[in-house]
Order: sequence, then structure tokens, then C-alpha cells
Amino acid sequence: MSPLSLIVALLALSVFAYYFGRRRAFAMAGGRSRSLHSRPGYYGAYVALWCALPALGVFALWLLAQPGVIESIVVSALPEAVRGLGPDRMSLLLNDIRNVADGTFPASAAAPHVAEAAARLNRLDATGKGALAALALTLALAGLVFARSRVAPALRARNQVERTIDILLIACSSIAILTTIGIVLSLVFESIRFFGKIPFFDFVLGIEWSPQTALRDDQVGSTGVFGAIPLFAGTMLITLIAMLIAVPVGLLSAIYLSDYADLRVRGAVKPVVEILAGIPTVVYGFFAALTVAPLFRGLGESVGLDVASESALAAGTVMGIMIIPFISSLSDDVMNAVPQSLRNGSLAMGATKSETIRRVILPAALPGIFAACLLAVSRAIGETMIVVMAAGLAANLTANPFEAVTTVTVQIVTLLIGDQEFDSAKTLAAFALGLVLFVITLAMNVVALHVVRKYREQYD
Amino acid sequence: MTDAAHVPGGGPHDPALKRPTLDERRLRRRYAAERRFKAYGVAAIAIAMVALVWLLFSIVAQGYQAFVHTHIKLDVFFDAELLHPSGRNTPESLAGANYGAVYKKALRDRFGDVKKRRDRRSLYALLSQGAEDDLRDMVLADPSIVDTGQAVWLTASDHVDMLVKGKIERDRPERERPIKDRQLAWIDALMADDRVETRFNTRFFSSGASREPELAGVWGAIMGSIFTMMVTLLLSFPVGVGAAVYLEEFAPRNRWTDLIEVNINNLAAVPSIVFGLLGLAVILNFFGVPRSAPLAGGMVLALMTLPTIIIATRAALKAVPPSIREAALGIGASKLQVITHHVLPLALPGILTGTIIGMAQALGETAPLLMIGMVAFIVDIPTDPLSPATVLPVQIYLWSDMPERSFVEKTSAAIMILLAFLVVMNAVAIYLRRRFERRW
Repeated sequence: MSPLSLIVALLALSVFAYYFGRRRAFAMAGGRSRSLHSRPGYYGAYVALWCALPALGVFALWLLAQPGVIESIVVSALPEAVRGLGPDRMSLLLNDIRNVADGTFPASAAAPHVAEAAARLNRLDATGKGALAALALTLALAGLVFARSRVAPALRARNQVERTIDILLIACSSIAILTTIGIVLSLVFESIRFFGKIPFFDFVLGIEWSPQTALRDDQVGSTGVFGAIPLFAGTMLITLIAMLIAVPVGLLSAIYLSDYADLRVRGAVKPVVEILAGIPTVVYGFFAALTVAPLFRGLGESVGLDVASESALAAGTVMGIMIIPFISSLSDDVMNAVPQSLRNGSLAMGATKSETIRRVILPAALPGIFAACLLAVSRAIGETMIVVMAAGLAANLTANPFEAVTTVTVQIVTLLIGDQEFDSAKTLAAFALGLVLFVITLAMNVVALHVVRKYREQYD
Repeated sequence: MTDAAHVPGGGPHDPALKRPTLDERRLRRRYAAERRFKAYGVAAIAIAMVALVWLLFSIVAQGYQAFVHTHIKLDVFFDAELLHPSGRNTPESLAGANYGAVYKKALRDRFGDVKKRRDRRSLYALLSQGAEDDLRDMVLADPSIVDTGQAVWLTASDHVDMLVKGKIERDRPERERPIKDRQLAWIDALMADDRVETRFNTRFFSSGASREPELAGVWGAIMGSIFTMMVTLLLSFPVGVGAAVYLEEFAPRNRWTDLIEVNINNLAAVPSIVFGLLGLAVILNFFGVPRSAPLAGGMVLALMTLPTIIIATRAALKAVPPSIREAALGIGASKLQVITHHVLPLALPGILTGTIIGMAQALGETAPLLMIGMVAFIVDIPTDPLSPATVLPVQIYLWSDMPERSFVEKTSAAIMILLAFLVVMNAVAIYLRRRFERRW
């Protein structure tokens, strides 16, 4: 029985349990629901929860544990000579076994001990799933029978059901924290392993990045060098170009829409500008790589400039376009929060609209606009698809926007795409870069949110 | 201030005395500055609009032709000898028969003067491998056409398609174009006969990925997206609504709930690629969810969508006036009953709007799925959330990397399909908001 159909079966069973419990409660009360402690639906829910929750819990735990257990059984059954391999070779071998087991590689082409292990893996997997189905269904039925036997007019079904649901809701809201913990732990652990291989300062201060490590130890010249400065510089360059486009355009259009445009224009233009925010980044990437980059290259050629076909300028420009609605809607909010009395005061003194905006509203809204820009920068730094598709792969340390540079996110993607062993420095480097990215964007967001909150309090 | 007026020599024109003068020139300057500033605003909006129009136009211009494909009409004779020389005529043997021989024979018959092996090979290259599938489908649908002659429209190869659509220039030197002079002559002969036509490209909507541009389709990616979105919705909707209900209706204000709130706000701003790293380290390597499966992708996207849904749901719950809660509590409902019977139904339009917008974001997301192996080249159409799959945006990314000219138009067409899905989802969200939003 596949896990999916098992879940469906469990859910169907608990729906059945609901009606079962409700009928039982009615019967116990002799058809008069007044003599019950809770409304009959609660007795149904009580039985349904007893039926579903224990079985689903066991189901989840089992699925988490099963791969590990099966793996250790398969490993222990391997021939003596194979088991003595180091952990690196062993993980490669396990990968082979898995590939044979799910049919990616034909079993006939594999070594006999691999084919045998794969067959064993498949057998154990089937047995495990069968046992799980039996256990979960038994538990569900047992829960149903037990809860049904407890149904009586005096049972405080409502209190129990509500307490259970309370706990479930708390669990739901804790998932946000678990996610953060998961992100931090996975990034930190893999980064620690990375810094065990590459010294921390070589990573942070090194100016050469070439992550190609040798496949064999006896190959020449290709031990990876992991100096991340060129990546940071490339990210900064592209972000800078993006902000040079997005901040003026976004800010000015927000000003125009909030202070000059009449309601009809505003109602028509604002949603159109916001369409830019809803377009998937992969579309921008395609646009940058196939339309904007060749255009810039052609323009550069016509004035005698040598523009790379993966120039930072193209990626940065398109990223700027993507960020325009972000800046404009955030700064629109901020400027709307400036009290009307300031505006009125300035206009009453004889200032023109633009003078009011430049001398009164913008200074008053400055912290908020700064926060908006900070959020936009963190967005630009973390943006992936545009740079993956339109920026380069080679790590050049340059400030020339016409050359190709690479970014942190591009390197994370290129390091992790494709199959590779999980503990090479190359793979682990992606996690170290991810950690840097996470810490920087987190810091920016915390600062920005703090500024925004403080600023709101000022005028509230 | 009054002192300043008594400074010796002070008069109305003393520059030291900065009294506003209403002289014409200054006023004109100020009004000009005003107009300039306004013009900057218009220019900024114009830039944003032009960028949007340019983006959409370039994609439509590059991609609209992908919805049709060039077909060539040939007089094919379904020769039983050629199909299966052994002479048996069972359905199995028909499915595995040699249809290539049939269309090759038809081409040889049409151009009888082509004798050399090399020339014949370039003649056969006018048609795609998909032509075999066309013929097989015809025979399997109606086995009685064996040993009859038919005029059949067959799928042309991608180079012929590009030529007919005008994307390969005829006047280029022969070495620089994929269509050689001889092939050009054959195509012209066929065209003169009215045997070349672009027809609606059903294969693009019904097949999976392929290395051959004329055989590649989006259906596999669409199915992958559907399964991924199903997983995302099933995980993030109940959890998100549950979390929002707890935080908005039950939670006491203490450190723990403050921590949760800060966390949710920060998660909303974490770069999507970091979620991909989380998925790789935790969901694939720790929990052992299969690589490339929509299940894994859906789980990662669910974590990303969660903050959006929680924030939207909380706003919708906040909009329900307290008087409704108090009235229900007043007639003896429990807190849970108040929420499930009254507050949630009233907040539902807002919750659904937020959920749809979150799902639209998830549908367009690419980067985290690259990390968890959904970039694999997968030909088969996925059948369940555990079979390896790719999704529409990732398919776009993969095709944009392909060197063949005709993948550019496929990519643009796939983008149009993705954008169409997003437009529909957002339209539904806007409709829900307009139709059901209540102001209290």
C-alpha cells in the first residue's frame, strides 16, 4: 500500500469514525441530545481524533525512520570487502544501489553485489510499507473502538476536543520557528564542515574563486580555491546597478501616483505597475538573457565599447525593473503615512506641490524610504534566476559594468545542480555562501523592519 | 527680526534681508521647477510601463509562432511489406512496426531523382522523427488503412519549421545555415505544390520534454506543476490558517508568540534559494524524500508560501468585527465554536484571496526547485507526487539554455502559458475580493 493511499484510507476511516461517534452519542442519550454534556458533533470529533491522530503520528515517525533503518540493514548485508570502504566511497556506493533500485540504472549493468543490495533494498522497502499500513490501520481501528467505548452522556467531549485542537493550532504556528531553526541548523552545520576543509579567512578574504576540485587526487592543478570576494563584489555591482534604476523610477512614480495623479489615473496605472511584481523571475531572466543583453551588446558595439554578452549591466537593469514596483509600493505607503497636516501647512505657506514634496514630505518620510531601499537591496542580493540566466559564471573581480561578473546566488546554483557527493568542499561551499546570504538579508530585514516600526510610532 | 529692519542702509532691495520677492522671474522659475518635477514623475511611470510592454511584447513576438508547427503533405502508401516484413498483422506488431520506412519511401517517390546516400539522408531530414509517431497513431486508430494510399500531413523537422516561419534567412551563405541549398530546393518544390503548411501544434500541449524541439511539449511540466501545487496547497493552507487563527484569536501576548511573529515576518523576506538549501539538507538528505519529486518541491514551496498565507489570514481575521465574536460568546458558544461557525466563514474570502496570491507566487518560483533536483531531464509525464517531475518555470529555465534556435520560441510560448495561469489565478483572487469583501 503506498503512503498516499494509506493517508487517504486513514482520512476516510476517521470520517467514518465521526459519524459513528455521533450516532453512538445519540443512541446513548436515547435520541435526546439535551442529556448529553456536549453537542453530538463533538462526540463524533472525539472519536475521529482518536482514530486519526495516533495513526498519523506513527505514520510520520515511521516514514522518517524507515530510510535510515533500511540503509543500515542493506549496508550490514554487503560483502565484507565492500563494507570496509571509507564513508565517502560508501555514500557513492549507496547512491549506486539506490539508482539501481529505482530503475534509473539497469540492474544487469551493475556489479553483482550492488544488484543484490538493490533487490534487498526494494524487498525491505515493500515489507516496511506493508508493515506500516498494517500497523497504522490497526492503530486507527483500535483508537476508534476505544473512543467509541468511552462515549457516554457524561463524557466531556467538547473540552477534550477543544484542548486537542488548541494543541494542534500551537503546533501549526510553531512551524514558522521550526523552519527558521531548520534553515539555521542546516546552513551552520554544513558551513562548519566546509570551514573544516577551507580556512574561514581564505573564504572571506580570498580574491580568487575557482571551485573545480580534482576528480582524482593525482590530477594536476585543480584543487579548488574558495575566495568569496569576487562573488561579493559581483553581487554588489549588480545590486548597485539595479538600485540605480529602481530607486529613482520607483520613488518618482510613487510620488506622482500619490500626489499628482487623479484617482482615475492612479486606479489604472497602479495595478499595471504592480504587474511587474507578479511576473516570475525566470521570465525576467529569459528577457535579460535573450532581449536586453544582446541589445546592450549591440549598442556597445555601435559606440565602440566592448560589452560582454553576459554583462552585469543587462542583469542589473532587468533586476532593477523587477524591483521598481517593490520600491514604489513601499514608499507610497510610507509617504501616505506622513500626516496630512504637514502637507497642508506647507501648501498654506505658499509652497508649490513639488516644494512641499521635496522639502517636507521626503525628509519626513526619509527613514521609511531608507527602510524600503534596504528591503529592496536584500531582495536584489537574494534574487537568483535573473543572474543565473543573464550573469556570468566566471568570477571576475571588476567594477566595470560591461564585463561579466558572477554572484553568490549564481554560484550556489551552479555548485549544487547535478549529482555529486554531498561532502565535497564544492557542495559544502554552497552552504557557506547560503549562510552568508541568509545572515546579510536577515540583518537588512531586521534593521528595515525596526526602522519602519519606529517611524510609524512617531506619527501614530 | 525687528532689529534687522533697522540696520542702516537696509531697504526693500537689500540682499541681506531675505524677504520673499514675488517677482515674475522667480515665480516662473518655481513653476518651471514644478512642471519639471511633475514630468520626472510621468517619465518614471512611462519607464516602468515601457519596460512592462517591452517585456511582454518581446515574449509574445518571439513565441506566438510556437503554437503552430510546419507540416508537409505526402502521398503515403501504408505498405504491409514495409511495415512488418514478417507478414503478421496483430496490433502489437503494428505498434512496433517500422513507420520510418513508410515516410522515407514516400519522400523517395516524390523526389525520384535523389539517388545518392548522402542526399537521401538530407532528404529524410526534412521530416521529424515525430512523423513516425504521426503514422503510427493513424494506423493504430484505424488498422484498415494498411495497404492503402493516403495523403497525410506529417510533422516537419525543426529546421524546416524555422525556415518556413522566416527565422532562417535564405540569403545567408550555405555554410551558415542549417538548411542546405538542395533541401531548400526540395522545400520550394513542395511549397509550389501547396504541400507545406503550418498547423496547430497539438504536440506542444500534449507531450513531455524532448531533446528535439519539434517533439518537446509542456504537458509534463504542467502536470508536475499541478502535483507540486497540490502538495503545497494541502500543506500550507491548513497549517497557515491554523497558525493565523492561533496567533490572532488564542495566543496570549508573551515572548513565545512575539518570537513566532518575528519569525514569520523574517521568513517572508528570506531569499527563496535559502529555502532550496533547507530543502536539500533537511527534506532530501535528512527525511529522505525522493529527489526531483513534486512531494519534495511542494514541501519547500509550502514553507515559502506559509508566511504569505499567515499574514493574509490574520488580516482577514482582524477585519471581522469583535461584535460578532461577542454576540456568539454571549449566547453560549465556546471559543472554538465562535471561530469555526462565525469568524472563519466571514473571513474566508480574504483567506482564499491571500492563499491564491501565495499559490501564484509559488507557481512562478524556480530557484529553490533547482536545488532539490527538479531540473532533471524527464521525458515521462509524471503520474503521482512521488514520480520524478519538473515544473513549468524550471522547464522554461531548461529550454532557455538549449542551443537550438527553435527552443527560443518554445521557451517564449511556455512563458505565455505560465503567465496565462498566473493571470487566471490573480483574476480569481480579484473577483473573490470584489464579490465577497464586506465592509463593516
